[in-house]
Amino acid sequence: MFVEGVSLSDENVELILRDLIDLYGYDFTNYSRASIKRRILRLMSNDRFLSFAEFRYRLKNDPEYFKRFVEQITVNVTEMFRDVQFYKTLREVVLPVLATKPIIRIWHAGCSTGEEVYSMAILLAETNLLDKSLLYATDINPAVLEKVRAGIFPLAQMKQYSENYIASGGKKDFSSYYTAQYNAAKFDETLGKKIVLATHNLVSDGSFNEFQLILCRNVMIYFDKPLQDRALRLFYESLEMLGYLALGSKETLKFTDISAMFRQVENREKIWKKVM
Amino acid sequence: MAARFDLLVIGGSAGSLSVVMKIIPLLKPSLNLATVIVFHRKQSDDSALIEVLAGRTDCRVKEADDKDDLLPAHIYVAPADYHVLIEKNKTITLDFSEKINYSRPSIDLSFDSAAEVYGPRLACLLLSGANADGVDGLLSAKRQGAFIMVQNPSTAEVPYMPQQAVEKVSCDLLIDPDNLKEFLAAILE
Ligand SMILES: C[S@@+](CC[C@H](N)C(=O)[O-])C[C@H]1O[C@@H](n2cnc3c(N)ncnc32)[C@H](O)[C@@H]1O
Repeated sequence: MFVEGVSLSDENVELILRDLIDLYGYDFTNYSRASIKRRILRLMSNDRFLSFAEFRYRLKNDPEYFKRFVEQITVNVTEMFRDVQFYKTLREVVLPVLATKPIIRIWHAGCSTGEEVYSMAILLAETNLLDKSLLYATDINPAVLEKVRAGIFPLAQMKQYSENYIASGGKKDFSSYYTAQYNAAKFDETLGKKIVLATHNLVSDGSFNEFQLILCRNVMIYFDKPLQDRALRLFYESLEMLGYLALGSKETLKFTDISAMFRQVENREKIWKKVM
Repeated sequence: MAARFDLLVIGGSAGSLSVVMKIIPLLKPSLNLATVIVFHRKQSDDSALIEVLAGRTDCRVKEADDKDDLLPAHIYVAPADYHVLIEKNKTITLDFSEKINYSRPSIDLSFDSAAEVYGPRLACLLLSGANADGVDGLLSAKRQGAFIMVQNPSTAEVPYMPQQAVEKVSCDLLIDPDNLKEFLAAILE
C-alpha cells in the first residue's frame, strides 16, 4: 500500500475492528476490507501516527478520537442531482404517484452532508408537494448531519449542480434556491424546514417509520453481502406497499433476498417498487 | 497456453484507447487471464465503450460491478466515477471515495490493491495519459512483486503519464503498440 510512512497489516485491521465493537459498540466487520483498510491508512497518515500501536492506543483510550475515526472512515462524498436520469425519473415517474398520497414520508438512509436531500426538497417544491412531505435524513456519522441542518454547500460546486439540475429536467434558475455568502451557498430555509435529522446505523438499528420512498444510494457498496441483505430487509419492512426503493447507479436488487418482492421501474433506472 | 499471471491491470488516460484496442485481441481466453481496465473517461460513453471493446476480443467484456468475481477470460472495465479495488477473495469492490490525483477511477488504487492480493501473479500496464495517476500504484505494485509494463513514452499520443512512470519506477518492459510481440511473450509462461 502506497501511503507514505505508515504500514498496516490485515491483522492490524482486524484488531481495530474488534476494539471498536468491544469499546464503542460500532461494528464495521461487514464492510469491504479493501476500502476500510485504505481509509484507516489514510487517517493514520493524515494524523501522523508513527506506528500502529500508537494509533490503536489513541483510538482505544480517546472517545473524541473515536468520533474523528467515524467521521474519517465513512466516505461522505456526495453531490446534488448526481445521475441526472435518476432525478428525471423521480420527477416524471415517482413523484406523480406520491402526489396522490395525503402525506409523503421519504427516508434518505446514508444522507451524508445532505446534497441529495436538498435535491429532493427542490423536486418536491417544484411539484408543490413539499408542504405535505417529511424528509427523514439519517446517517451513521453525526458530523454530516450538522451540515444537513445548515444547508450550506460549497459555492464552487454550484455551476456543476446547476448543470445537473437543468439536465435532470429543472426549469428554474438554480441560483434562485440559494444565497451566495463568500464561498458558500446557503440554501433557502423553506427547503430545509421539512427535513428531520437522526443518526441511524444500518448495521444495528431498526425500522422507525413507514415510508413511500426510501433512498439509499452509494452506501451499500461498502457492505458485504450479508450486511446488504440486512439493510435491504430493513428497507423492505420500512416501505409501504407500492412504495419505492432507490439505489445508487452501480447498485442493484438483482440476486438479493428481497428481489422477488420488487419490480424495477420501466426505464431501468435504479428504482424499484415494492409489489409484495 | 496459459499466462504466467492471473490478473492484468491496464491503466490509461488520454490517448490510451487506441492502444487498448490493439492489445485486447491478443488476450485470448486460453491465456486464463483476468483483465481490469481503468480508463479516465466521461460518464456518457459507458455502454458504447464496452461494445467497442467487446468487438475486439473473444473474452467477455463487461463494466465492472460491485462484488464481481475476477474470472479468467473476462475483461472488466472500471465504471466512470468509481474507484475499482480488489479484495482478498478476488472480487471487485467499487468505491466512491474522494478523487485521487484528480482522478476517479484512480489507476493508483487499482494497481496497488491488486498487487496486495496477487503479488507476483499480477501484471500492470500503464499507457498514454496527461497526468501522474498510476505512478505511485506502479511503485507499490513493484514492491509487492508485480510485473511492471509501461508504454514507451515515445510511442504515446500523450507521453506525460508513461514518462513519469519510466522516470520513477524500474519497469520490467516498455511496450510499443505497433510491435506487441514482446508484450505477448512477457505475458506467457
Ligand atoms: C458516499 S455517501 C452517499 C451520500 C448520498 N446518498 C449520495 O449518494 O450522494 C455514503 C454515506 O453513508 C454513510 N454510512 C456508512 N455506513 C453507514 C451505516 N452503517 N449506516 C448509516 N449510514 C452509513 C456514510 O457516513 C456516508 O455519509
